[in-house]
Amino acid sequence: MARKPELLVTAGSMEEVERLIAAGADAVNIGEHKYGLRLPGEFSPKQIGEAVRFAHEKGAKVYVSVNNIMHNELLSELPDYIKRVSEAGADAIIFGDPAVLVAAKQAAPGLKLHWSAEMTTTNYASANYWAGKGAVRVILARELNMEQILEIKRNVRMEVQVQVHGMTNIYHSKRNLVHSYVEHQGRDAECFERGIDRGLVLVEAERRDQKFPVYEDRNGTHIMSSDDICMIENLHELLERQIDSLKIEGLLKPLQYNETVVSCYREAIEAYCANPEKYEFQPEWLERIKALQDPDRELSYGFFYKEQVY
Amino acid sequence: MSVLLENSPGTKRKIVKKPELLAPAGNLEKLKFAVHYGADAVYIGGQQYGLRSNADNFSFEEMREGVEFARKYGAKVFVAVNIYAHNEDLPGVEQYLRNLYEAGIAAIIVADPAIVETAKRVVPDLEIHLSTQQSTMNWQAVQFWKDEGIPRVVLAREVSLEEIREIKKRVDIEIETFIHGAMCSSYSGRCVLSNHFTDRDSNRGGCCQSCRWKYDLFEDGTVDIERIVSEEEARRDKTIGHFKEGMKLLPLFAPDDDPFTMGAKDLCMIEHIPDLIEAGVDSFKIEGRMKSIHYVATVVNAYRQAIDSYCEDPDHYVLKREWLEEIYKAANRPLNTGFYYDEPGHEDHIYGPEEKLIGYDFAGLVVGYDEASGIATVQQRNYFKPGQEVEFFGPGGTFFKQKVGTIWDEDGNVLDAARHPLQLVRFKTERTVKEFDMMRKKMDEK
Repeated sequence: MARKPELLVTAGSMEEVERLIAAGADAVNIGEHKYGLRLPGEFSPKQIGEAVRFAHEKGAKVYVSVNNIMHNELLSELPDYIKRVSEAGADAIIFGDPAVLVAAKQAAPGLKLHWSAEMTTTNYASANYWAGKGAVRVILARELNMEQILEIKRNVRMEVQVQVHGMTNIYHSKRNLVHSYVEHQGRDAECFERGIDRGLVLVEAERRDQKFPVYEDRNGTHIMSSDDICMIENLHELLERQIDSLKIEGLLKPLQYNETVVSCYREAIEAYCANPEKYEFQPEWLERIKALQDPDRELSYGFFYKEQVY
Repeated sequence: MSVLLENSPGTKRKIVKKPELLAPAGNLEKLKFAVHYGADAVYIGGQQYGLRSNADNFSFEEMREGVEFARKYGAKVFVAVNIYAHNEDLPGVEQYLRNLYEAGIAAIIVADPAIVETAKRVVPDLEIHLSTQQSTMNWQAVQFWKDEGIPRVVLAREVSLEEIREIKKRVDIEIETFIHGAMCSSYSGRCVLSNHFTDRDSNRGGCCQSCRWKYDLFEDGTVDIERIVSEEEARRDKTIGHFKEGMKLLPLFAPDDDPFTMGAKDLCMIEHIPDLIEAGVDSFKIEGRMKSIHYVATVVNAYRQAIDSYCEDPDHYVLKREWLEEIYKAANRPLNTGFYYDEPGHEDHIYGPEEKLIGYDFAGLVVGYDEASGIATVQQRNYFKPGQEVEFFGPGGTFFKQKVGTIWDEDGNVLDAARHPLQLVRFKTERTVKEFDMMRKKMDEK
């Protein structure tokens, strides 16, 4: 028996929490848009409490995103919010802004901290820097390759979380870019639905076959990748090196899709950990995911096997 | 407030602690011009670990020369070491930082805490400035970095003037903000469009500016039959999309609409110098390590005059039209005030073809002047010929226009035009000019 990694998925509602845990998730990532970025749904501290009660009963964990880039005005509310999240029983919060770290140490000293600076979490030394400040987990940038990920894992004094499935954020602006564009067109921008449910996509002039989801919320404009990472075939590479948490990003996906993805990865993890030497990837897992995959969105290895230049 | 005022009865108010004017310098020549035209400090890139891998960048030898040159003017040199490092970038950092320190650099601009830590350990006397790439927006985060021993934070470009005032009020630390130049439209560091489109890592200097490309906006999912209209109808009524048979996506633009873009107008705060000074901003940063000598000299010159003028007599300060005119002579894009006063709206982005501003070319550099004859020696930087209208300008706002008369080469031969780059030519100037004065001409006038 090998040590099992955590299988983590984002959830947007209580129903999603319940069904995704039932499908095999060990942990769910939830939160409130005011404090967290790119969440599939809204959980108040009270609802976080409900999610925690359910999850803990099933032996699962709840992580709350407090990873927004904060303005001064949010600071006064931050300690109270973190305290309430902690009292609701959250197992950890995810932070990027040092202000959250400071507030958490004061308001909820026992609360675990996961560090995520999105695209800029790129090496083991800065991860260790945040470990020194109290973070117990680093959430790696999606633009790292396998070699870099494994080297970080070998060199950090904290848990390592890697995204193995789903879309990634590739651009985040404070500007309301869709609103501005619609206004530039001379249309009524206020009446133009720009949220996550609208299904807006951008298509670049020379890449007509790729559509990049775009939406706006209180935190600005978010542009998402045109492909979905899918590491199910090569999951053993991460399992062998004992990556601590494998994340499935469920944003902009139907619940049924996420359930299927969770259960396939769950089966893969169970099969591997039961007997690593005999483990074999089951093509059926990929087929089940493909059956529900948006045909316009490629299932890719993301940056896992890429060389980048600069 | 760090702005100190002399305000004893009978004397006029005067600002003693001027903010620093910090200019970009893509190479040694640009550094010299930036300093000569009034920058209190310049920031440059070395051969490694900076975010402009396409700029010329400095060798350590050039850095030493730059530091030496700047010192004569009392100016400082900072080096941007502002990548987000990947594992493989780390081993060389220590030696690199030692070399910077030995070259006499006054401070490094750093984003990655890994490099912050290394610098504190290896070169403890080298000042660290936290890069805008950290997207620091609130006073608590600023306080955090201060507690880490960092004496200066370059704030995120999304911070408002009001927020800067609060940060200055709550934390005793140097605050640097961008006041001029091109801007990322994303939060700095939070954009990997380049990585996705071209495999070039934007956070290690490979940005290919995909935010300025053109995109079409569509609605995905089930196309609502009610909203399917012909191109004709769409042209008449811009509030609806148009749909052609076979399309899987509903277009949210009329056929003749400009495409979607993230591209932002450039920042320009020349009209708001008093607000910035009164808010307590310690360093005014101009963007543009890739920009020309002409750009750097022109922009620095204008801000230098505005800052000096305000600090000298804040109560009678008037924005001079020439400063603004000068800025526009170097501008690459339309200008705005970023997030200082308000969140940018549609008028702050560049849709459709980029508006061509009336541009000027750097035509020549004054390298000598003979008082007796009134003849200047000019190093050619762009084609010009007799009869052409040119402008001369120098530090402090000296400025005049004239038509070029007879041009001679170094040996006294008459030339029909100054054709060759770096060629030394002579001609009469209508006023006294000095070494380092520049000559410009309107673009595309041959």
